[in-house]
Amino acid sequence: MPSPSFPRWPGDDPVEFRLTEHPIEPAALMRGLADTRAGACVTFEGRVRDQNDGRGVRALDYEAHAPLAVREGERILAEAVERFQVIDALCVHRTGSLALGDVAVWIAVTAAHRGAAFEACRFIIDEAKARAPIWKKEHYSDGSTEWVNCATRGPESPGPG
Amino acid sequence: MKKVRVSYFAILREQRGLGSEQVSTEASTAAELYEELRRIHGFTLAPGRVRVAVNDEFGPWSAAVREGDAFAFLPPVAGG
Repeated sequence: MPSPSFPRWPGDDPVEFRLTEHPIEPAALMRGLADTRAGACVTFEGRVRDQNDGRGVRALDYEAHAPLAVREGERILAEAVERFQVIDALCVHRTGSLALGDVAVWIAVTAAHRGAAFEACRFIIDEAKARAPIWKKEHYSDGSTEWVNCATRGPESPGPG
Repeated sequence: MKKVRVSYFAILREQRGLGSEQVSTEASTAAELYEELRRIHGFTLAPGRVRVAVNDEFGPWSAAVREGDAFAFLPPVAGG
């Protein structure tokens, strides 16, 4: 996988979704989003939290279907560009083992005005959580583990028939 | 018998004990293939909670099983 921090240049594809097994470095990624047309840049950083549903969490693993996650991620970013007046959108998602406080996902959106940048950023994280084929395994403080959303009973998604 | 490549992710990968394998099957659709593998390996997820990808693209459960196809079974996602 490429380094998460190589710069982007004006004229690069306006949307990009990356997976990386390396730590995400927001400051380096931000430099690739410089654009004098952009009056607003909104970023979102999803971090590993020390609890979920009342259970103490000590670490997370992320796993992805890489080609499909990148393609679905770029579809989401393209939808954001189409719905909102976005100049550039970038989303980087970690895979592998993460510690508490690590950045799991980082999103940046530039736009001429702040409203579009805020709305597009919110849209991208919500859609990515719902649609990208990425899975999270939580390691709890009592030593047990669980794949999030994969309990035997749960909401049905559109299935056969 | 058709030979196909099957990949498993997350909880399905752990329940199968490996990430991908070649499978010989008489199944004619992706749904039949999942049911067959679920019976053999005891997957806990009902098909209604799993999505299928055929040749690296989301597919319908009615997708035909053809020699050489690549199937991936995708548990409920939880990115972010």
